[in-house]
Amino acid sequence: MNLHIDDHQEGDVTVLKLSGEIDAYTAPQLKEKLLALVEENPTVHVDLARVSYMDSTGLGVFISALKTSKEKEHALKLINLQENVYRLFNITGLNDVIDIENTVRGELS
Amino acid sequence: MNEEFEFLEMKLPAKSEFVGVLRLTVSGIANRMGFSYEEIEDLKVAISEAITNAVDHAYYEEDSGEVTVGFGMYEDRLEVMVADRGGSFDLQKVKEQIGPYHDGVPVENMREGGFGLFLIDALMDKVEINSNHGVIVLMTKFLYENEVGQSDDQISTPQ
Repeated sequence: MNLHIDDHQEGDVTVLKLSGEIDAYTAPQLKEKLLALVEENPTVHVDLARVSYMDSTGLGVFISALKTSKEKEHALKLINLQENVYRLFNITGLNDVIDIENTVRGELS
Repeated sequence: MNEEFEFLEMKLPAKSEFVGVLRLTVSGIANRMGFSYEEIEDLKVAISEAITNAVDHAYYEEDSGEVTVGFGMYEDRLEVMVADRGGSFDLQKVKEQIGPYHDGVPVENMREGGFGLFLIDALMDKVEINSNHGVIVLMTKFLYENEVGQSDDQISTPQ
């Protein structure tokens, strides 16, 4: 029940790879890391391929990251969401607000 | 109505690190009752949201270090109660005091969680909230399918 957070650079894109669960316990560390990344880097992709669980605390983190990103005129994109995680963005309508791309290694799934 | 059911109660410290433990618990209970994978995912999110709210509420109030969670396992449904104040609760008594969440004042308390209450409402079949003594959320999810052929998984009733 932990969240592993790892970031690396792929050309012009900063990739934040997450692995584990995003909830009230892990969201604060994610928020700190992600907000700093979107503040400093023009293009950030958050790879959620290995996130098996997320709830509204995660939605909250991505909303604030999106706000910061927009202020800086930077780009934020969520990639490789698992079905149950994507569902929450869909139910809340946030999939219309946040850039989400469900691709696996650059190919459309 | 005298319906038979089994009841399981847990008390946990009002700290966010225990939300994941409750997810494992509800996952085990729901699996045993015969809920589908998707329904179990819904239950995990809804219960985490309720407990997160309770933990936040306890944090602001600073007078409660405990969250109480009760699982009522019926033949056709799972009822989950989350209370943000310590102390056991009488299932029947609590249900008598509870009303639909949109009719009550306590929504203000819950909205702090942003999408939390919205998700609980979207993912569960029935949601009721009572705020007379702390905040109590009562959530229900029905077992719709497998009316036949689940005899092995069926909940045994007391007596």
